[in-house]
Amino acid sequence: MKVEFEHLQAAHCENGVTTNLLRTIGVRQMTEPMVFGMGSGLFYIYIPLMKINGGPAIAFRTQPGLIFKRTCKALGIPVVRKKFSSKQEAEKFLVECLNAGRPVGCQVGVYYLSYFPKEYRFHFNAHNLIVYGREEDRYLVSDPVMETVTSLSAYELERVRFAKGALAPRGQVYYPSAAREVTDDQIRKAIVSGVKRNVRDMLYIPGNFAGVSGIAYTGRKIKKWRDKLGLQKAGLYLAQLVRMQEEIGTGGGGFRYIYGAFLQQAHAFHPNDALLDISAKFTQAGDRWRQAAVQAAGIYKGRLSSQADFDTMGDYLIEIAAIEREAFRALSNIKWHA
Amino acid sequence: MEKERIPQDPSALDKFTREVCYVTDADGKYTTGLSRGWEVKAGALDVAWKDIEQKIAVARERVAKGEASPLLFFMELRLMDTGILAAYTGFWQWQIKRHMKPAVFNKLSEKKLQRYAEAFNISIRELQTMEVHEG
Repeated sequence: MKVEFEHLQAAHCENGVTTNLLRTIGVRQMTEPMVFGMGSGLFYIYIPLMKINGGPAIAFRTQPGLIFKRTCKALGIPVVRKKFSSKQEAEKFLVECLNAGRPVGCQVGVYYLSYFPKEYRFHFNAHNLIVYGREEDRYLVSDPVMETVTSLSAYELERVRFAKGALAPRGQVYYPSAAREVTDDQIRKAIVSGVKRNVRDMLYIPGNFAGVSGIAYTGRKIKKWRDKLGLQKAGLYLAQLVRMQEEIGTGGGGFRYIYGAFLQQAHAFHPNDALLDISAKFTQAGDRWRQAAVQAAGIYKGRLSSQADFDTMGDYLIEIAAIEREAFRALSNIKWHA
Repeated sequence: MEKERIPQDPSALDKFTREVCYVTDADGKYTTGLSRGWEVKAGALDVAWKDIEQKIAVARERVAKGEASPLLFFMELRLMDTGILAAYTGFWQWQIKRHMKPAVFNKLSEKKLQRYAEAFNISIRELQTMEVHEG
């Protein structure tokens, strides 16, 4: 069986799954940046006491699952999300969906994801893909970060759906459960609520760790890493920062470019030119993030090693925090006519 | 980033896919382009893997010296911590820590060894000898 399905590649897996699933129920106006913006996907957090793979816990985007949930909610589309304790039940439910002609989103772990290159297979359990059919023993898979569709055997799919560890997917599937016509007015409102929530997350979370103040906080910490951690470990930490920021899924510049694209597309629905100016600010922030990554690479490749080099690195983040603070303040001052 | 400046450096993604980047065109309008990779982040991934390889080598040595059981080696090899291994095997973390002592490990029943072997995707013999043959 094979469900009617069009694979569109995206930068980020959850954006892509959301966009493509919405298209299957006839909501064809959605693009990856729109989904990301409506879901308030842009974020920053640095949790100093938590370690991931022996390095700092840093995220450039919001918590997994929220983008799909928020976007569908804002558009008035009901969703189904199910977890399973039994592998058999999980597969049975999937087959029923496919029989009913419905492609579904699955949360999976990448460690055993056989079509990923080995270098990318860490115990990361918040990857998303769409299953859109089954041919003999193989499930047809649309992984939004891939250029083309692929497939997994029943065993391989079961294994990634039941990966263990942090954020274990527990066979999780999700999909929009009913087709709804989405009006331009709904889109306009969804843009406003997405922006407002993102302003809140980046400017008003108390404490040092989250939002733009988290970026500046990380910058100040980085300046101390050379003395506190030693060159090798500091290099490892910076490499982790760069991976979170630039790896496949981010669209480049720690998701800042995707957000810039969102604001330009939002302009078509809210013709306020301030949106274009603020979009340019996010482009500038993304460019700075990438310059910071080049500086970090100088350190972890051993070309740069002085305290001045760490100060430069830290100052990049402090400067980025100022750019993003200004951009989000401007967004919070926009007068929406919705 | 402007579209013509998308890096096209060789990377681990080459066997897999090109990735979508969001970039601006000559008029500052957003569009997308595909990238093979960027040496800056390929370098970051290298750093992470060198660190893992070093941890594997240290673990191998500690097992050889009788300071730890092969569990430590396979945990490093499979990028697991006791939390992940506990989730895959159903053992408690304190049990796993105990099993990391060679004397305790050597007395483990076949059944318990089998649970570890499955989690590491190897045979019991490979678990005991640390000779793994993988493609």
